[in-house]
Amino acid sequence: MTAVLNFAYLIGALFFVVGLRRLSSPDTARRGNMLAAVGMGLAIIATFFVPLARGHNNYLWIVGGIALGGIVGLIAARRIQMTSMPQMVSIFNGLGGACALVLAMVELNNYYSQSVTWTGGQLVIVLLALLIGGVSFTGSLLAFGKLEGLVNDRKITFNGHNILNMVLLIATLAASVYLYSQGVVGGMGLGIAVMILSLIYGFSFVAPIGGADMPVVISLLNSFTGLSAAAAGLIYDSQIMLVGGILVGASGTILTVLMCQAMNRSLLNVLVGNFGGGGGAAKAQDGDLVAKEVTITDAAIQLFYAQSVIFVPGYGLAVAQAQKICKELDDLLESNGVSVRYAIHPVAGRMPGHMNVLLAEADVPYPKLIDLDEANDALPSTDMVVVVGANDVVNPSALDDSSSPIYGMPVLNVWEAKNVIILKRSMRPGYAGIQNPLFFHERSRMLFGDAKASIQKLVNEVKSL
Amino acid sequence: MEAALQFFEENLLLIYLLIFTVILGFELISKVPTVLHTPLMSGANAISGVVIIGAILLIRQAEADDYFSLILGSMAVVLGMINVVGGYAVTDRMLEMFKKKKTRS
Repeated sequence: MTAVLNFAYLIGALFFVVGLRRLSSPDTARRGNMLAAVGMGLAIIATFFVPLARGHNNYLWIVGGIALGGIVGLIAARRIQMTSMPQMVSIFNGLGGACALVLAMVELNNYYSQSVTWTGGQLVIVLLALLIGGVSFTGSLLAFGKLEGLVNDRKITFNGHNILNMVLLIATLAASVYLYSQGVVGGMGLGIAVMILSLIYGFSFVAPIGGADMPVVISLLNSFTGLSAAAAGLIYDSQIMLVGGILVGASGTILTVLMCQAMNRSLLNVLVGNFGGGGGAAKAQDGDLVAKEVTITDAAIQLFYAQSVIFVPGYGLAVAQAQKICKELDDLLESNGVSVRYAIHPVAGRMPGHMNVLLAEADVPYPKLIDLDEANDALPSTDMVVVVGANDVVNPSALDDSSSPIYGMPVLNVWEAKNVIILKRSMRPGYAGIQNPLFFHERSRMLFGDAKASIQKLVNEVKSL
Repeated sequence: MEAALQFFEENLLLIYLLIFTVILGFELISKVPTVLHTPLMSGANAISGVVIIGAILLIRQAEADDYFSLILGSMAVVLGMINVVGGYAVTDRMLEMFKKKKTRS
């Protein structure tokens, strides 16, 4: 029996690995995800039958929890809008962290009531699960609040927040070391103190990070949850938990690094935060410049007679729900012999790859989506660029203004194209609060209004040409 | 130091597994194209729900009247299960969109 169960775990872990492998190509990704899900199913079922030295099985409690969690998860996954994907991933992620935290607390309680005995190593592992799970839980909740617009970035942070974070981190670690040094005589009060500290630290650690840095935070928190699961795996001596957790930790870490590279900043720089806090004033002299507007008719004519058009979508496109109408304009132009592509900046949107998903939802074929390098090669020979709801990723200050908070971040050099039309609601700076000299560039023309309404008007106008 | 060495001795295989998995994870993920970053993340997120196995074991190991463990344990099962089911379901929804176009174009 045990051999069969261990075999099931082995297959489960193997399915995780092969599933992730298949997630790396659009053709096999869906099957890969299903394979990973089957692996998880196998592991869960096997866990029902593992022979245990103690306990009363209490199957009813387990089945009840599984049914409730399964239904809630399924409904949430069905209902969620693709625009809100980052929020959903954050909240799921936070729940995973919370799960590890709860496990660690119960196990600590068992330890202090002396129903189990541990070596020092095991105590360290439980502490790790507790700390990482706690940070990941409140961190993800705050990330969710920020993405959902429930929490204003500026209101929960202050100058010197990093000093507070440092103090909190040291306090949390010191409390953990003290808990460890006390051993079994420590008592549950210590466990609760460490838990509360880790929860506060998680919150405080995400607080100063915001704006365009959200994709980095989400990736990092994802990696934390994976590590907390791996630590929990060590508590239960479960290889599949270890493998699953580490794989997630690795994937989160890689995405974090990729996102940081895309912004040409170190992780530390991102974590220290205060993004966009001081940048607003630096470029105030742009207030004297006047951005030139373009009429719908002129814009439509330019698009119609262009050879090549590149759309640069940003989160504003998603907010305006303009993906579908954008695709309609794309089809219309393509049927008139215009080549249309989409330039996707790695940090466009609110999580890695977010924009690709939104365009996929609107049926844009993925070969039409080009990445940063490819786009920058193509831009000088492009007739028209249409910027829809993107701002910081097309900001020339990143190249030439060392006082800009985004200085050094690789951007889409849209001003190298022959004409640029920027769809924007108003002259207000973007999410990160940084002024954008692109709007005043000689090749730029502004088209004010709601992105969806503007593109709809463009579609109508192009049709009538 | 001695405790660390002892831990190392006792869990040698586990440590091998840990190191190899880290390397495997990096190798697997670094090849993923930008297009798939969001599904990759939500899929990986679902896998991190594997912590639910620990929650199930915890409940099974509890005595029938140990309500502290039972209530917190089932809470952990609920949390983990939302993470697992929600994560896989939402990833599938996204990937379905990528697939649909493939057959069309």
